[in-house]
Formats: sequence, structure tokens, C-alpha cells
Amino acid sequence: MQDLLQLIAARYNYWLYIVLMMVGFYAMIAKNNLVKKIAGMSIFQTAIILFYISIGYKKDATIPILMHAPDGAHHAVHAADYVNPLPHVLMLTAIVVSVSTLGVALALAVKVYQSYGTLEEDEIRERMREENASQE
Amino acid sequence: MRLAGLIIAAFTGTVLLYSTVDFPAWGDPASPAGTHVSPHYLERGLEETSVPNIVTAVLADYRSFDTMFEATVIFAAGAVCVILLRIFGVHTRDRYYRHLLTGVTIHVIGDRKIPEDSEVFERIDALWVPHDVIISTISRILIPFIQLFALYVLAHGHHSPGGGFQGGVILGASVILMAISTNLRVSLERVGERTVALLAALGLLIYAGTGVLCMLSGGNYLDYGALAEWLPVDPVAARSLGILLVEIGVGVTVSATMIAIYRNLASSGRMDEGL
Repeated sequence: MQDLLQLIAARYNYWLYIVLMMVGFYAMIAKNNLVKKIAGMSIFQTAIILFYISIGYKKDATIPILMHAPDGAHHAVHAADYVNPLPHVLMLTAIVVSVSTLGVALALAVKVYQSYGTLEEDEIRERMREENASQE
Repeated sequence: MRLAGLIIAAFTGTVLLYSTVDFPAWGDPASPAGTHVSPHYLERGLEETSVPNIVTAVLADYRSFDTMFEATVIFAAGAVCVILLRIFGVHTRDRYYRHLLTGVTIHVIGDRKIPEDSEVFERIDALWVPHDVIISTISRILIPFIQLFALYVLAHGHHSPGGGFQGGVILGASVILMAISTNLRVSLERVGERTVALLAALGLLIYAGTGVLCMLSGGNYLDYGALAEWLPVDPVAARSLGILLVEIGVGVTVSATMIAIYRNLASSGRMDEGL
């Protein structure tokens, strides 16, 4: 038990992101409403962003903006003093791309609502079946 | 479906949790992510690009190809939203007008309308709620400052948290706030649909054009050091200026795309009335 607690305490960032990611994953699979599925996708993406940011963290480090004197002179930089900038860069673009994918997903949901009059998955499936039956 | 989803999510979660044993501990400076290329960025970034904000340096210089195609993805998403939703010319909704003096609402059926510049009638949305004086006044005061802040975030991204993506989103949000606090038509008057489409493409053109400019100056594509031939600065300072150029391109594309996505979603592509 003691070991397990220590294990969780040393890596609680992963536990948090996995729990959050599974919440989004479950919503994408099990929810019936398309907008709720899209919200689940958004939570999933946020979990990935948290994961990346947390692996870039270093203990007692500051943000990766170098401190420099006003006259332009700068001192030696130790990488251990600044958090890893790479995950920040990747997630900076991922946030904007996730907003864009959210926009496209919502646009598709609007189109689905316009043609079927509902966003509930089972009702959409029923209407599609009715349309197929009336065509035959 | 609910039970199946729960089982799948629980199983995947357990497998992922089991794998965390092999992951580096929280805040470990020697973790694999922080050892290979990232110390180089931190220790040499300032002398190679003269940009103190290493995130900006990596984003727009070391990984500028990546960022260019991220901007392309955003542009494509905006274009897809327009293609999916935008309806041209077909007028399917009735119009509503409010008589300004008496507050009487008029419902105009079919494709008839009162001239837009009428001083007696004001066009209102079908789901119209009376304008809140506090909200519209505060928004009107705030919007110029939001836009100024967006430009600051964009231009000061070299020395503080910020850059093209953040500045662009704030700039787009100011126009979206205009649409929310008054109505969609007011924001369309200020920033037209054609302008937004052109700006989205122009931003990418600035980004790609900067790369071509570098090639014309004798360097590689997006190798900003070559710009020193045109500018009265040394190659390292030219990198910083090249980063500023592409950040402006990214900012223009992102802000225009945010506005386009919002407008198409809010009005389901009719561009007449929305939130």
C-alpha cells in the first residue's frame, strides 16, 4: 500500500491525465448526443495537452523565457533552470488546431441537424432507416 | 453501448495506468523529453536567434515548417466550415423589424424588406432579446483595447508569453465579441466576409512568402538568416525579424479563421442573423 501511494505521488500527473482522457473517451463512445460526443473529444484533447505540458516540467524550473540584462549582455544558461520548451511549442499549435477541429465538428453537427432535425444518434439512425425503406 | 463504453474506457485506462510505471517521475530534469534537443534550444537559442522567448524561437524558427502547416490546417478548417455551411443567395427566413419610436415589432413574411438605412425601423434577429445597455457599452469601450492587446501579444511574443497564435485568437475574439454584444450584421459591416476570406489567405501568403524571400536571398526555405542581405542587421538579428514576419502571418490567418468559423456556425451559414 505504501509503495502504491508513493508510486501515485511520484507520477500523479499521469494519473490525472489518464482519468481525464478516459472521461472524454467514454463520452465519445457512450453518449448518444452528437454535441456531447464533440465535448468528449474536446476533453480528450485537453487531457493530451495536459500530458505534454506535464512531461515538460522540471522541478524548481521557470518558464522558458531567458532572463537577460537590458544592455543585451547575457549570462550562461543552464537547461535545468528552465522548463522544456518543446512540449509548449507542440501544444501551442495543438490548442489552435483543436479549436479548428471543434469548429469543423460543430459545422458537421449543424449539417446533420439540418437534414435530420435531431442530434440524437439513435433517432438519426431511425430516420436513415425510414428513408431507405421509403426509397425501396 | 453504455456498458461497452465503460468497459473499453476502464480497460484502456488500466493499461495506460500500468504503463506509467515506466514513465519519468513528475518534474524529473533528466527525463527523455528534456535531454536530447531541448537543452540545445535553451542554451543556444538566444545566440542563434536573438529571441529570449525560446518557445517562440522553436515555434517559428527551428520548427517553422511544422508551424507553417499548422497554419495551413487552421486555414483548411476555416475553409471547410465555409464550404459545409455557407448558403449563398437563398433567403429562407422571414425578417423582423422594430419600430424605433414605439418599439412595435413587425414580422415581414417572404423575401420583402425595409431598406437597411431606414431611420424609423431597425432590423432585429428572430430570437431577439432587448440590447442590454451595460453589455453593449462596455463591449464598445473594451473592443479597441482588446485589439490593441492582441497586437501587443503578437508583436511582443519575442520577449514575453505570446506570439501569432495567441494574438490572432485574441484579435478574432474581439470581432466575435462585437457580434455577440450587438448582432452579426454590425460585425459584418465592420469586417466584411470577403475581407475575412482574403485575410485568411493573406496570412498564409505572408508565411510562405517569407520562406520564398529567404530563398531569393540565397538561403534555404524559411532560413531567416539570409534576410540579412536585405535588412541593415546581422544574420542573427535577421532571424528575429523573420520570426516576427511569420508570426504576423500566423496571427492574420488565425484571427480571420476564428471569425469565419464563428460566423458560419452562429448563423448556420446564412450570415444574416445569429447569436
